[in-house]
Amino acid sequence: MIKVEGLTKRYARNIAVNDVSFEVEKGQIVGFLGPNGAGKTTTMRVLTCFMPPSSGTATVAGFDVLKQPHEVKKRIGYLPETPPLYPEMEVGEYLTFVGKLKGVPSSELKRRVDEVSERCSVSDVRKKLISKLSKGYRQRVGLAQAIIHNPDVLILDEPTSGLDPKQIIETRELIKNLAGSHTIILSTHILPEVEQVCEKVIIISKGRVVAKDSVENLTNRLRGAEAVAVEVEARDGQPLTAPEVQQRLEQIPGVSRVVFKTERDRRLQFEVESLQGRSIRADLARTVVESGWNLNELRAVGLSLEEIFLQLTATEAAAGGGQQ
Amino acid sequence: MRNILVVFAKEIKSYYSSPIAWLLLTMFAAIFGFFFWNAVGYFVSVGLQSQMMGSGFPMDMNEMIIRPLLMNVSVVGLFLIPMITMRLFAEEKRSGTMELLLTSPVRDIEVILGKWLAAVTLYASMLALTALNFSFLFMHGSPDWKPMLVGYLGLLLQAGGLLAVGTFISTTTKNQIVAGGATFGVCLLLWVLEWVAGYETAAWAKVLAYMSVVSHFEPFSKGVLDSKDVVFYASLIFLGLFLTARSLESLRWRA
Repeated sequence: MIKVEGLTKRYARNIAVNDVSFEVEKGQIVGFLGPNGAGKTTTMRVLTCFMPPSSGTATVAGFDVLKQPHEVKKRIGYLPETPPLYPEMEVGEYLTFVGKLKGVPSSELKRRVDEVSERCSVSDVRKKLISKLSKGYRQRVGLAQAIIHNPDVLILDEPTSGLDPKQIIETRELIKNLAGSHTIILSTHILPEVEQVCEKVIIISKGRVVAKDSVENLTNRLRGAEAVAVEVEARDGQPLTAPEVQQRLEQIPGVSRVVFKTERDRRLQFEVESLQGRSIRADLARTVVESGWNLNELRAVGLSLEEIFLQLTATEAAAGGGQQ
Repeated sequence: MRNILVVFAKEIKSYYSSPIAWLLLTMFAAIFGFFFWNAVGYFVSVGLQSQMMGSGFPMDMNEMIIRPLLMNVSVVGLFLIPMITMRLFAEEKRSGTMELLLTSPVRDIEVILGKWLAAVTLYASMLALTALNFSFLFMHGSPDWKPMLVGYLGLLLQAGGLLAVGTFISTTTKNQIVAGGATFGVCLLLWVLEWVAGYETAAWAKVLAYMSVVSHFEPFSKGVLDSKDVVFYASLIFLGLFLTARSLESLRWRA
């Protein structure tokens, strides 16, 4: 449904999004996870045709955002970080206006407004001025305007930011209910939100995609697994080949993956990943030594993902304790 | 076309549901009322004098009341126009609704035309108030209505041009005060440019004087419909709307 290839957005002084590629299938809920300023909003703005990319392509439902923006816009519902509301309008009037703007035929307009008001639980405030609404209601009106034209794709930028815990839960439920009929991309810097709502997650940091996987795989990879960098050298100049070492290392219980990195001065470097919750360093060291090789280095590698993960959870903790 | 109407209706609604439209209409009605009262008072006193001296001074309502009043409206408009246009885009930019407009399946030009037409309509409703005053002239005299019509057309064209320029300026900032102030400056400048023609006859002075919006209105106020003045205002409208479109486009690249 959505296909992004090599997307880059450059500003005068910095690069907001650098060579981002990903795909989203029909009906999926994808979480866009990353710390603030990672490039989530920029990527979303390119997808919604708010701004053109500097290079790379993005297509929505087969239409290119640069060449056929009109077709793309018809198929996208977008909730920016601050809901785009007119304070001087009543809720019902606002939804009708957005419906017209999005090209909903007049014959269906009233029915659509009723439907989305019902769905986003704003029916009881339809006669109220938007300026009088609470933050939670505003967010829901924002969601209602995003789905007024029944778009194929929904793009939600931090849909739960600034809401109180009860409103957050309600909004997440609402988004989950919307899945199925819509393909949804939502951005957040809150990890548990992705776990609760999304099927797939794309982690983005400093403008680059650092991981994309299903939520299950990713959490499994991150929880308790360890990665170790190993450098092995042949003793007394005996011949030693990488496949030989790799094979031996893979036999160690608890090892999930061995990746050969480089060879330098006949020293072989590997990266070894453990299964979940297994400690492999002791076994690794013993195996190397018992095989008659020199163990030059054995060091835990900080998974770059893990770092981001920590950063993200730290943000969540700060957000939970702070004013948000 | 439908999209232009959708944006137009929304803008009209927000003008008249906020104090802006009512404030402008009230201010304009008061100012114009005062001008009207003055002009009629002067007309009456001159009429009495000429009667006392017994000379058959030709008294022409069109020439002595309506024409100067229309000129006044043209100048008062320069002061009110910034207040009409300053919010058009600046407010959308500040509140984030710009993102809604630019990600909806409507063309930029449809948004621009909808907003500009709403601004012109608000100005036209101000002009409509003057008809109320002028109707007294028709009750107690018989002024010629045809030159008046040309005068109104001129006012609308002039305002259309300045409103287009104001719309453009509104796209360049998030701050309504900045948009209003800058538009006011430009309007004022476009008014006083003709002053150089008073003492200088060089080519550059002629060009400057040509660019003055008020000097092009003078023929209209007399009831003269000259194509060169219509072309001037039409170009100003086109230029303003064109710049607005360019500015919106650059907004996408810089956003």
